[in-house]
Amino acid sequence: MKPILEVQNISKKFKIYHEQLPYESLRSKLMNPLSFFSKKESEVFWALKNISFNVNAGESIGIIGKNGAGKSTLLKVLSKITPPTEGKIISRGRIASLLEVGTGFHPELTGRENVYLNGSILGMKQKEIQNQFDEIIDFAGIEKFLDTQLKHYSSGMQLRLAFAVAAFLNPEIMIIDEVLAVGDADFQKKCIGKMEGVTRSGRTILFVSHQMGLVNQLCSRALLMNKGQILVSDTTDVVTAKYLSFDYHESENIFIHTPKLTDNKEMFIEKVSTIDDKGRPSSVFGFNKEIKTQFALIVNNKISDEILSVALQDKYGNRIFTIHKPLNQLETKDNRLTGTMIIPANFIAPNIYTFHFAIVKSDGKVFDIHEGQCRIRIADTGTPFSQYEGKDYGNIIISCKWE
Amino acid sequence: MEYEIKPAKGLQFNLKELWDFRELIYFFTLRDVKIKYKQTVLGALWAILQPFLLMVIFTVFFAAHLDIQSYNLPYPVFVFSGLILWNVFATGISTAGNSMVVNSNIIKKIYFPRLIIPISGILGTLVDFSVTLLMFIVVLFYYLPSFSFLSICVLLPLSLFITLMTTFGAGCFLAALNVKYRDFRYIIPFMIQVLLFLTPVIYPVSIIKNEGVKMLLNLNPIAGAIDILRGAINGTSPSLALVGQCLLISFILFSVGLSYFRKTEYYFADLA
Repeated sequence: MKPILEVQNISKKFKIYHEQLPYESLRSKLMNPLSFFSKKESEVFWALKNISFNVNAGESIGIIGKNGAGKSTLLKVLSKITPPTEGKIISRGRIASLLEVGTGFHPELTGRENVYLNGSILGMKQKEIQNQFDEIIDFAGIEKFLDTQLKHYSSGMQLRLAFAVAAFLNPEIMIIDEVLAVGDADFQKKCIGKMEGVTRSGRTILFVSHQMGLVNQLCSRALLMNKGQILVSDTTDVVTAKYLSFDYHESENIFIHTPKLTDNKEMFIEKVSTIDDKGRPSSVFGFNKEIKTQFALIVNNKISDEILSVALQDKYGNRIFTIHKPLNQLETKDNRLTGTMIIPANFIAPNIYTFHFAIVKSDGKVFDIHEGQCRIRIADTGTPFSQYEGKDYGNIIISCKWE
Repeated sequence: MEYEIKPAKGLQFNLKELWDFRELIYFFTLRDVKIKYKQTVLGALWAILQPFLLMVIFTVFFAAHLDIQSYNLPYPVFVFSGLILWNVFATGISTAGNSMVVNSNIIKKIYFPRLIIPISGILGTLVDFSVTLLMFIVVLFYYLPSFSFLSICVLLPLSLFITLMTTFGAGCFLAALNVKYRDFRYIIPFMIQVLLFLTPVIYPVSIIKNEGVKMLLNLNPIAGAIDILRGAINGTSPSLALVGQCLLISFILFSVGLSYFRKTEYYFADLA
């Protein structure tokens, strides 16, 4: 079977004019009649360069990349909003694009009128809207306000109504741009359920998102874009891992002891760093990756029962766990002690955490103590909670047995 | 269903696609009409009141001073018959001319044939036209009970057709220009005011003595359309030369406007 979407060598060029406005002012042209004929000073910028990929029917593909990587331009070209400069796309199905929810919503119109208008803009036939009207309203949960003007709706209600219309789109190929990033958690969950239903029914989805968890959950394959080109095209977990790693090496994450006069010279923590599975300093870790924390201590005394105490703190400073490691169990080389603590993968919930570490003696004497160090982020790579990314649902993810 | 997305090239008119999107034309028109009179006490009555009040004002100020023998029409009928077509043109080009900028947020987010936007803008003015038409018939019965109903039935659609072709051509042209040069937001209202004087809406052509201006008026298809309608009220058939000339000029405007719109349409999303 032929792919439902063939993208062949798509490039898109933009001209950046060196003035503030993207549109031209007639005056500037009239003042200088020659400018009608002369080429304007402009810089050429390729938003997309030689993009090629195929999508088979029923596949859902995630498109990820940093801001400015060309994801949105690609979606715009795919949805025919703007033409490519070079290359072509062969599509073998009806494409509906959802680059924004509630496109064309008008505050002066009632909810009912807006459903028809918005549905129609999204490419639904009046019949289709009529047949699904009750379901749409039910999905949005706004029965009572159907004939109220949209401007009197709360923003949440407007959003729900907009999603509801979009959720009942029924095209062969659906293009979605990060629209799920808004809305309350319950409603997001409803939408994701709907989207999973869409993929199961054999339709095709192209999905742009910054939420790696969601991409992992919804897509089987992903493209990683950078500077207008496709960097990696592979299964979702490979691509999201790549994205996470290349995103995060830029910020190294190291605690280094800075000597002060008041320091206890007997024993102190010299260096702490978090490293990824390839041994490189990193501050972001996929949920499915181990977090290695390397410690280096300087000990000028004889060790008795001192311990290295390490705790992980959530963003409010609450401790998730504490680990005690006797200093005499660490690797020793001259006066330098080293050790690597490995936090297991698939355990700490995606969020932002910091470390607390200290050298203490069992009698309570503190030699060195540091709080809120080595900030790390655990990124969602497809947990059952991916749609709640950024919300507080706890700091660990475990699965419990049920009887 | 298989189709290609390719770099923009040449000039094509995809009428089938436009037909597939006919419901959207309907919904956009409906939106424009509904919004126009939302939160007004008088609602669509404004469509009647505006030309009616203008008719009254013009009658009070000008009727005595203008020689209107050319059509043998009472001045109120004369001015109303001009206004009814003029309004379609004036509202039409101003709505259509601004439509692409007004709807830029939609254009940037979703694809549909862009022509739908000016088309529905102009269709919206037809709703006003129909309401005004009822008022016009009332005015006719009041001032000129002997008017020729039959020839109006034939010639009103003809003059409306000429007006619409012209409006559509000029509207699309302005809409496309407005996307690129925002100056047209200010040029359009000014242009409408100037054109009102270049179109014999409130005065008869016969008061113009200057041959050059007369020639200019002859080239104005809206002036021709009004001429045809005014003649029809008395049962006078327009000369074939006039009809032919109006149709030709309006067709040229229509084609030029449409072609320019189609040619620049691809980049609306990048500029809007």
